[in-house]
Amino acid sequence: MILDEAWRLSPSVALRPEPFGALAYHFGNRKLTFLKRPELVRVVEQLADHPDVRSTLDAVGVPEGQHPAYAAALEGLADADMIRPRSEEDR
Amino acid sequence: MKLVEHFESGLDAPICLTWELTYACNLECAHCLSSSGRRDPRELTTEQCEAVIDELQRMQVFYVNIGGGEPTIRPDFWHLLEYAVNHQVGVKFSTNGVRITPERAAFLASPACGGYVDVQVSLDGATAEVNDRVRGPGSYDTAIRALANLRDAGFADAKISVVCTRENIGQLDAFAALAEEYGATLRLTRLRPSGRGADVWDELHPLPEQQRELYDWLMARGEGVLTGDSFFHLAAFGEALPGLNLCGAGRVVCLIDPVGDVYACPFAIHEEFLAGNVLTGGGFQRVWQDSPLFADLRSPQTGGACAQCAHYDGCRGGCMAAKFFTGLPLDGPDPECVQGYGEHSLNELSLAGARSIPAASQDHSRAVPTRNQPVLLKLMTRPPARPPVSDCAENPLAGWTP
Repeated sequence: MILDEAWRLSPSVALRPEPFGALAYHFGNRKLTFLKRPELVRVVEQLADHPDVRSTLDAVGVPEGQHPAYAAALEGLADADMIRPRSEEDR
Repeated sequence: MKLVEHFESGLDAPICLTWELTYACNLECAHCLSSSGRRDPRELTTEQCEAVIDELQRMQVFYVNIGGGEPTIRPDFWHLLEYAVNHQVGVKFSTNGVRITPERAAFLASPACGGYVDVQVSLDGATAEVNDRVRGPGSYDTAIRALANLRDAGFADAKISVVCTRENIGQLDAFAALAEEYGATLRLTRLRPSGRGADVWDELHPLPEQQRELYDWLMARGEGVLTGDSFFHLAAFGEALPGLNLCGAGRVVCLIDPVGDVYACPFAIHEEFLAGNVLTGGGFQRVWQDSPLFADLRSPQTGGACAQCAHYDGCRGGCMAAKFFTGLPLDGPDPECVQGYGEHSLNELSLAGARSIPAASQDHSRAVPTRNQPVLLKLMTRPPARPPVSDCAENPLAGWTP
């Protein structure tokens, strides 16, 4: 369950702010992804600052009812290596 | 607001920027969209190019598509490539392969390029016969040699970039086999009537049944095949192909030409679509964000004659450049509209004697053809009105018509 895990933005990814949210570009695999909500951008940016995804969502103010949708979005980003699991040494 | 609507109203910086580094080219392809051949003496200097890259880095334009002309014949090309990569601007460059030697291939595969470089080798026929007719004698061998050099140097995933024409649609499987052989990815794009393409479009653009063949092939075998988002007009056949499926001109794409002029899209090198120049105050960013032309392209479009069509949501009226350079109104159907409306409009205009193709506003074609000129561009030869006269003609009145 990704909500209980520790994640962070992938080091090869840059975020470019846009009116709809942000463009995420992965310099390694050259994938371009659109983060379609400003809240999602804040979540992705702050993943590394919190012990797990759930507390990140809480900190950004995402209502609990939307947690599953955000978890699905983050899993999609993980598949494209936009975000990475945080290992012990990252902490 | 849906994402596509955000794109239509324009982003703070382009997603996909094409930068033609030079109009100079060793080839004279019949359909060259930038009418390339001769170097323009006003071409941006190395320092000016570096300044553009610095600005792209600031604007977070993550990669540029570099083309020409043949970009690799600029003496500072390899320097600019490294400069861009070192400034977080990835490079995808298009080449006919002429300078992709084993040494250059090894450089491209090396850590110096850090995997930030993509190479697209242009090939418009899966056989020398089909390719060289359009791109000129020897160009097939040059491209294949480049692909072999890249593969042998361990460069992963080069692209074979094909402009789909009436003469090569039947070779799609053969192109896929070539890609397989060279460890490359196939990229298919649309022939545009831009540049010299205007002269050969009527003869080379895919026939209606070939459009269907292409669409069916992409649906069946298109996974992993890149299309540069260029076939969105085919969405009117039914299911949309992957991609943004909208005209990105001035909204999410644009072109910087060799002298720094900024055009709405790579297929629209014409004063009508000229937004400004990167050398004027404020540079590229000011042009992108403030040009009245781009503001106009980002304003809501009505769809004109196409708005009532059931397929409008799929094809969004098609390609602006294709309409402009075939003499069709911009708010009407695409000339290759799969419902046949574009062809109908073209026929009506022609019958009324009202089809006028806009004159080119610039042309860097070679004034004197070279041995590289493709067959398609051979000068028209008119049958002689009377028998030719030679120095040894016997009749003293030969060549004299009363």
